[in-house]
Amino acid sequence: MKVININSSYDSDFVREVEEESGQKLNLCYQCGKCTAGCPYTDEYDISVSQIMRLTQAGQKEKVLQSNSLWLCATCESCTSRCPNEIDVALIMDVLRHMARREGYTGTGRVKTFWDSFLSSVEKNGRVFEVGLLVNYISHTGRFWTDVDLGPKVLPKGKIHFKPTEMQGKKEVAKIFMRFNEESAK
Amino acid sequence: MNTSLNYAYYPGCSSTGTSVEYDMSSRAICAALGIQLQDVPDWSCCGSTPAHTVDHSLSSALSARNLDQVASMGLDSCITPCPSCLANLKTAKHKMQDENFRDKVNKLLEKPANTQVETKSVLQILVEDYGIENIKKKVVKPLTGLVVGAYYGCILNRPAELMQFDSREHPMAMDNIMEALGATVVPFPLKVECCGASFGIPRKDVVMRLSGKLLDTAQEIGALALVTACPLCQMNLDMRQSQINRANGTKHNIPIFYFTQLLGLALGLTEKELGMDKLCVSPRTLLNSIAKEEQIKEKAA
Ligand code: SF4
Ligand code: SF4
Repeated sequence: MKVININSSYDSDFVREVEEESGQKLNLCYQCGKCTAGCPYTDEYDISVSQIMRLTQAGQKEKVLQSNSLWLCATCESCTSRCPNEIDVALIMDVLRHMARREGYTGTGRVKTFWDSFLSSVEKNGRVFEVGLLVNYISHTGRFWTDVDLGPKVLPKGKIHFKPTEMQGKKEVAKIFMRFNEESAK
Repeated sequence: MNTSLNYAYYPGCSSTGTSVEYDMSSRAICAALGIQLQDVPDWSCCGSTPAHTVDHSLSSALSARNLDQVASMGLDSCITPCPSCLANLKTAKHKMQDENFRDKVNKLLEKPANTQVETKSVLQILVEDYGIENIKKKVVKPLTGLVVGAYYGCILNRPAELMQFDSREHPMAMDNIMEALGATVVPFPLKVECCGASFGIPRKDVVMRLSGKLLDTAQEIGALALVTACPLCQMNLDMRQSQINRANGTKHNIPIFYFTQLLGLALGLTEKELGMDKLCVSPRTLLNSIAKEEQIKEKAA
């Protein structure tokens, strides 16, 4: 296990920012580990959620923001529901993910690319267009479609459409994204 | 019973594709129970998980456009079948009570957001507004012999402060409905465990593991089927069941229904109206056996 010298790398701005953006008090966490015990994704995490809590308390910005765990958290709310100190842990994970994004961290990238493909589908069509999303994801990752086997099962059900559904207000939706990008660039 | 239940209805994106049978069956049961639904005009995506992982003001603005459409219908409550849409629409309303946050959202919108519209799930209004006792009175084809487990998924009732419905660890709404319909309900121990959510494409291995555990457990407790209330849960367990079997060396053949489909069946609606043919794991044998059990019971009576 890597030992970190907490005193030398404590980033107080980071701690304050996380507290402000989440409205949660980090020092309420006493490391009981209940959040990790119930986290369905903990086997996949490089840093467990309770350790993320501890490292965040200790102002270890870089260590936290580069963690792939942030991208694997499914916001399942198990940690939030079970924390004895009523810390909204899932919200803290969400806020850390926002910060990671802003600072250019992407984890291993696949999950982020998938979410980005989803949102660009909404930006373009106003609603999610499943096939378009998939094509976009595949073209950005260069990965094979790992669900080819599902084709013969799902296609005859008539659930998969090859054209997006039409909606009037899709320009309004695109404008929400446009304004968001402008605001974020400020 | 309130005889004039009337709601704005937000179907959500998956209802136009992978969860079309949830939408069909939700509409069909509401019609059969005399619950009026009016579609939110020109609704757009709520942003789902991806939007809130980017930024909360973006997520809330995408939801707010829809809440505004509801307000323009002259209604103040909206229902949706999808827990993910529910979470986003509710979070938007909740967070926008804070003035600073509301200002941030309003910067992204054409006109200031409505902060009054309340969103509930189809399940919640059935239990709270219509009432399970009243549902029971409408049952014409009891689900005799159906041994079923109820799987709620992780976000239908959580976080509890936001959702304000049922229990965060041991929800019972669907168990109670199934029981009222005459099914034999076996307590499902993993009611609120995560199925792998939207990781099916970027991290299929995770879905295979988590949903696999759910199916293994269903089998262990002797459930012949599971009922769900969430398009993502249903898709992972149903559409991906063959993949799960291959990945884990299992042989599950467990139909995964939306609770609305089984409710519709008990109300006497046709399989076609309820989109039973849209399910990937065929419920045919199971549905036949329910009908047969019912015949035997009728004869005996
Ligand atoms: S459950 Fe709460 S108190 Fe316990 S380790 Fe996790 S965040 Fe800290
Ligand atoms: S919300 Fe994220 S961190 Fe919390 S238990 Fe679920 S997956 Fe783990």
